[in-house]
This record gives sequence, C-alpha cells and structure tokens, in this order.
Amino acid sequence: MFYRENGQFKTSYRSDQQIFAITQDRWVILALIAFAIFGVPMFADEYMFRAILIPFLILSLAALGVNVLVGYCGQISLGSGAFMAVGAYMAYNTYVRIEGVPVILALLSGGFFATLVGIVFGVPSLRVKGLYLAVATLAAQFFCDWAFSRIGWFTNNSSSGSVAVSDLQVMGWVINTPVEKYLFALAFLVVFALLAKNLVRSAIGREWMAIRDMDVAAAVIGIRPVYAKLSAFAVSSFIVGVAGGLWGFVHLGSWEPAAFSIDRSFQLLFMVIIGGMGSIMGSFFGAAFIVVLPIFLNQFLPALGLLVGIEISTATVSHAEYMIFGVLIVWFLIAEPHGLAKLWSITKQKLRLWPFPH
Amino acid sequence: MAFFLEALFGGLMAGMLYSLVALGFVLIFKASGVFNFAQGAMVLFAALAMARFSEWIPGWLGLENKFLGNLLAFLMAAAVMFALAWLIERLVLRHLVNQEGVTLLMATLGITYFLDGLGQTIFGSAIYKIDVGMPKEPVFLFESTFPGGVLISLEDVYAACIAALLVVGLSLFFQKTSTGRALRAVADDHQAAQSIGIPLNRIWVIVWFVAGITALVAGIIWGSKLGVQFSLTTVALRALPVIILGGLTSVPGAIIGGLIIGVGEKLSEVYLGPYVGGGIEIWFAYMLALVFLLFRPQGLFGEKIIDRV
Amino acid sequence: MSKKIGDVILEVKNISLSFGGVKALSDISFNVKEHEIRAIIGPNGAGKSSMLNCINGVYTPQQGSISFRGRTFDHMDSHEVATMGIARTFQNLALFKGMSVLDNIMTGRNLRMKSNIFLQALRIGPAEREEEMHRERVEQIIDFLEIQAYRKTPVGQLPYGLQKRVDLGRALALEPQMLLLDEPMAGMNVEEKQDMCRFVLDVNAEYGTTVVLIEHDMGVVMDISDRVVVLDYGKKIGDGTPDEVRNNEEVISAYLGTSH
Repeated sequence: MFYRENGQFKTSYRSDQQIFAITQDRWVILALIAFAIFGVPMFADEYMFRAILIPFLILSLAALGVNVLVGYCGQISLGSGAFMAVGAYMAYNTYVRIEGVPVILALLSGGFFATLVGIVFGVPSLRVKGLYLAVATLAAQFFCDWAFSRIGWFTNNSSSGSVAVSDLQVMGWVINTPVEKYLFALAFLVVFALLAKNLVRSAIGREWMAIRDMDVAAAVIGIRPVYAKLSAFAVSSFIVGVAGGLWGFVHLGSWEPAAFSIDRSFQLLFMVIIGGMGSIMGSFFGAAFIVVLPIFLNQFLPALGLLVGIEISTATVSHAEYMIFGVLIVWFLIAEPHGLAKLWSITKQKLRLWPFPH
Repeated sequence: MAFFLEALFGGLMAGMLYSLVALGFVLIFKASGVFNFAQGAMVLFAALAMARFSEWIPGWLGLENKFLGNLLAFLMAAAVMFALAWLIERLVLRHLVNQEGVTLLMATLGITYFLDGLGQTIFGSAIYKIDVGMPKEPVFLFESTFPGGVLISLEDVYAACIAALLVVGLSLFFQKTSTGRALRAVADDHQAAQSIGIPLNRIWVIVWFVAGITALVAGIIWGSKLGVQFSLTTVALRALPVIILGGLTSVPGAIIGGLIIGVGEKLSEVYLGPYVGGGIEIWFAYMLALVFLLFRPQGLFGEKIIDRV
Repeated sequence: MSKKIGDVILEVKNISLSFGGVKALSDISFNVKEHEIRAIIGPNGAGKSSMLNCINGVYTPQQGSISFRGRTFDHMDSHEVATMGIARTFQNLALFKGMSVLDNIMTGRNLRMKSNIFLQALRIGPAEREEEMHRERVEQIIDFLEIQAYRKTPVGQLPYGLQKRVDLGRALALEPQMLLLDEPMAGMNVEEKQDMCRFVLDVNAEYGTTVVLIEHDMGVVMDISDRVVVLDYGKKIGDGTPDEVRNNEEVISAYLGTSH
C-alpha cells in the first residue's frame, strides 16, 4: 500500500537508470544516511562504536571490494587478507616516511599499491579459474604473510614486528574520539559505495558480469577477458586495500601481519556469500551479520546454557561460532545462493503487495 | 654432503606426509569432481578422534593391552569417519548436485569451519598424544661413508612405508575393481553415471569414507610425530599446492608432488633461507604451485583442462 | 522486389578441422556475397556449427584460411572478429543468465563505449551521455524485436522463444555487417518461426546486413535464403541457389538416405 510505484513514470532514460529509481527507496536511503551521520552518534556509546559500528563500516568496505571480484566478476579470491595487508602497510609507509602527507592520501596510496599487487596476482585468472584460481590467490596470501613479517622495510624496521599510527587529522580536524573515527570511516564507505554502484551499472560492470556468466560468449561479442578480469582485480584490490588501511589506522591503531591472515580472507568471503554475491547491499548485510554474530553468541549462549543448567565457557562459544558459520555457509549455498540480499529483495516484493495477498 | 642428505631425507619424509593429505583430496575429486577443502580439517578431526578414543577406551573397558586399545580406538575413529561421510553426503552434497565447482568448493569451506568447531567441542582443544608404537629414537645410517652418519628418523621411514602401501592399495582399488570404475564414471559426469544406474549417493558415501580413512591414517602419522593440535590444519593447507603440482586426478601425482614440495621446501629453507630472513617454507609450496598454474595448470600428471564451449 | 547483392565479402578456403581423431570439417570452401542471406544446411553432425565457430574464432582450424573484406586469416581471434563487424547467435543460447534483457543487449554495445573506468565510476558528463545514447539504440532494437515488456526481467526467467530473441538482439546491438545465426528457429512453433523470419528479413532488407544462417527447417531455408551450402559429414556436397540444391542428387540422398 505504501511501497507502490504507482504514478512514478520515468520520462527519460537517465531517470530510469538512476540508482534508486523508486521514490520511496530514495527517501529511505537519504533518511538512513542522515540517521547514520546525526542520529547514531547521539545514541551509541563508546563500546558500540569500537566493537560494532566501526568494524562494520570498514569490513563492509572490504566486503564491497571482494564482492566486485567474486560476486560481479565471478573470480574466486582467497587472498583478500593479503590485499588488506598491502593497503595497510603501504599506507603506513607513505604516512611515516613522507613528511606531512595527508592521511587520506596515505590511505589512497595504500589502495594504489594494493591495486598493483592485485593485478599481478590476478594474472593467473587469465589462465585458470575456480579452485585453481583459489590456490593462486592463496599464494598471494601466504607470500604477503611472509613479506610483512620478515622484510623489515615494511614495518620501518620495528623490533617488535608491529606498527602503529597516531595523531590522525584531516585538514586540522583531529580524529581521536570514537565518534570522529566512525564518521571518517562512514565518509569513505559512502563515497566508495557510490563509486562502486556506478561502476557495476556501467559498461565495465556489464563486462564483469558477462565474464562471470559466460566468458566464451563474452569474448565473441567483443569483450576482452584480459581487460575485464584484470580491471576487476584492480578495482577490487583498490577498495580492499583502502579498507585495510582504514582497518589499521582507524580501527586497530597498531597492528601485526596476523591481523590480515587467511582467517580474514575467509571472513570476507563469508560476508560476500552470506550477504549476497553480486550485490552492493549484500556486502553491507554480510558484514553486519558477521560482525554482530559473535557478539550475539557471546551474550546469548551462556545465558541459554544457564537456562538449561550447563555452563558454557568462552572457548565453547568460540567453537560454537565456527560451527555456526560453517552451517550457515552451507545453508546459504544450498537454500539461497544469492544471500541475504535476495531475501531482502523478496521481502520488498512482498511489501509492494502488502497488505494484499497477491 | 651428509648435511645435504639429511635435509633431503627430511624433505622427503615431510613430503610423504603432505602426499597422504593430498591423497584424500585426489580421491574425492577423482570420484565426485568435488574439491574438498575440508580435507585438512578431516585429518585433524580424525586425529583428535583417534587420540581421545585411545585415551578413553582403556578407561571405559578396563583394558590393559595397549595394542588392543589402539585397535579399538582405530575402529571407533573409522566408524566416526563413516558417520561423517554419510552425514556430509546427506546434508550437503545431495543438495548441491549440479552446482558449479566454485559453489561446492565454498561448501567444503563451510564444512571445514564446522568440523573445526565440532572437533574441538567434542574432543577438546588441548594438545593430545597418539602413541601407536612408532619408534621414536633416531637412527644413524651410512656411518662408514660419512663421519657421524646421516640422521634418519625411523618413524618417518615407517610412515613412508605405510603411505606407500596406502597408495598401492588405492591405485589397485581404482583400476581393478568395479567400484573403482563406477567412481571414475561419477567423476566424469554425475548425471550420465546416474542415468546408467550408478547409485550416486552410495558412491559418494563410499568415496568420502575412503577419503576419511586416508585422513585418519594421515592424522595418526602426523599426530604421532607432532602431537595432535590445531596447527595441523594449517599444515594441511600445504597439501593444496601438492595436488596442483601432481595433477588433481592423479594418485601417483599426489605422491610425487608431495615429495617435490617436501624436498623443495626443506632445501630452499636450508640453503636460501639465511639470505632472506628465513620463513621460506611459508610460501614456497604456493609460489611453486603458482608457477605451475601459469604454465601447466594440469600439473605433472593430470588431465588437460578442457573448457567446453 | 529485387535486392542488390554485392560482391564476395567472406571467403572460406579449404578449411579442415579435427578434434583428436574426429574430422569435423574436410576441405570446405565457399563464399558469401554482401547483402545476401546464405543458408548452411545438412544433417546433424555435418559440421555446420563448427564452421560458424571457425569463422567466429571459437575454434581454430588446422588447415585453410578465411578472408573477410580482403583480409585473410589462418585463424580468427574472437575479439577481432567482433570489431570487424561479425556478430553471432548460439545454438544453445549463450546469454548472460544473471542479467536482465536490457543489460544483455547493452553488453553488445560495449565495443562502442569509449569512456574509461574513472568516468564511469563518477558517472558524470561523457559517461552518462554515452550510456544514454547507447540505451536509446538498444531500445530501438528492443522495439524491433517486440520484447519491450521484458526489458528488466532476468533472461533466465524468460521462455525459450523470447530468450532466442534476446540472443538475436545482442548480436544486432553490435550493428554488424555480417550476422551468423546458429539455428535461430530451433525449438519454435510456427508463429514464433514466422516472427523470427520476419526479423531476419527486416534486418537484411533495412540495414543490408549479410546473413549466414544454419537452419533445419527446409521451408524456411527455401523461402528466405538467396544461396545455400550443404554439408554432410564435414564435406561440402552442394552449393547454389535453393532450387539448384533442392534438385541435387547428393543432397537428396544425404537427407533421405540411399537405398542399398
């Protein structure tokens, strides 16, 4: 009744091609962004920022990057952790070694270096796909694991093996408090989400999806697989690299290579699978799910245990987490391969009919 | 020279253990076209089962005889692996029959996580010992040729022999038996095999069970040598490059690939490691696999990958 | 009404193609004249699709050469073929199942889209205008093929006959000089076939597009084609106008079988 397109006639291709073509959608998104900027800081406490909101924003960005490669272009990648690491360490080196470089520029340069590494490790995608490509991306992961822990230059020859950044500021505005960090990350996410959405609905996005759906036919209509695949790796790595920089600079403050290990790669892949492959919204859903689930389990399981008289330790909770992730991955792959995003769009379809049954 | 031989042997032995894990991958892929990322988790799970059962069974049954206790533990662990195979087929594989490889790969990733959590919940997460009577003392060979002799671990040699037996047995199974033939048919084309009356479900249970037993043997050997602990899964990840080298569908390839990787890792660590700050073992196997992927994706013995138009 | 048929634009010379031990094509030679509708017919397994695949660059023949507009190649590169203005539909449809009808046909315009990735990300100025311009051309094709109602539907959800039209639409989006159609009417009923014939004839008449088409329906072939090539077991057994071919002894025995 409320969610109807009645009366919304598009009179130009431009208006038909907008990101949010339905007026109600536009209002909701604008309201959401306004709430995120003004409302959330009023209600959330420091714990919520540190433990939930900031990780959610940054991991959404990373999941967005991974989705471009895995969801839109169909190239499996188990090395996203490595690209985050490249982004983080190169942003660090730019920030620390070059006098007076602005934070944003440092982060973008981290993304740039991640792009270079992404293109190099994307070359195998021109030869192989599927599980073979997965192994190639694992090579990237392990090589970077080694490089950032053994090659002193990356850590500015720090004795402890970990690096730290502090005193972040953007044009005089110091980024110290959780609220400020939150807004900083939010700004990056909104900008990149917009750019990514534009890309996937343009010619390059269609090329990516064509390669994903049927690469032989794509070549026949004049799409060059080399350009399409490497551009997907490039764009994806750039976004993931910037997310890595944000993760180190804004969320962690100080970090070691282990922050970007293979577990991180799996985590990002799971976000994309659960959230929805080939969907920008899906990246947000997936990130939210994976950030919130452990916290939820941590509160819920011991309480549940007390109800039935079993004591559940934190170790058990973390084991349960693994088990639940595993089950969820399998369940989503079987029941809804398009993830939460598909469930969401089905809900919207039902909303269009509500309150009528059909 | 003696030093080189020691490093070589060490590499060969490590390689043999990688091969054991890789065998499980190859089996499942050969017979069902599924790339089982969870093989490493299965090794750990099986090893945990064996370790804990061998601890618990003497207590439950009041047994004194070590050998009998271990035997019963082995049988129980095998039964557990069978149950696991059956459950995986029932709950996961059956529903993903015609999906593409990537989906199945990601499903096995989910199974990995599930097994990790389950294993630790049921069997615990400390470090456990497996004692199946493998010799622990090192042996010095060739004492006449090289002063001091070349240090060999008898345990490794036993392990290598067991692995060799397993490989011979499996090769015979695939080539000579009718079940083996059926497995190869299924690997080629699920639907076609089904349409000539091959019971897909039963075949898959058999395959995953055999892979499970391989995992159990691998787990026992590894666990006996290193103790059963979580890091076993990360080492198992090392087996993926082995099958890239050897070829996804080749049993001998898994062995040879394993040996090459084992030796390559050891020697490069020993001779190149000092120049780059060590730790080459972290990426050597994978970078070698990467080279193969670029120039010879089917590995040394695998079948050429054909992209159907 | 007479149609102006031009000179030879495609020349296939002595093409032989084998897969392992199987010889799919043996020493095939024929030509295609500009603006004509050339049919390739033959029993199943004759090598017709393989022939198109060779022209298209999907397969590489072991022997022989292909010339298009005076340029000769031993093997064609798919991408180059598309830039030269040769488009194709597939027997088993090779649509991008995850995308809508509109997006599928839009991919056919990719060759002509010039704006780079950065402009596309910002979606301003030239990128936006280019997208609109191509959208307009694609809408013309959608009108032509009468599939307006389905433009936003994911192609995987469409019935087979409509999917075939989308396949044709995507090929048309390339604004090709030559169209290779691989059994465009397979699996269609009488009305759908009439529609498809109408589209093919219209494209040929309005735009002068040369059409090479593989087809099993003899009625269609005889009605709309200017010349016919007949293949059997990878060899050419007939080449000429529909009437000539219809009366060719070898062709008749290939289709109806010889009595022993």
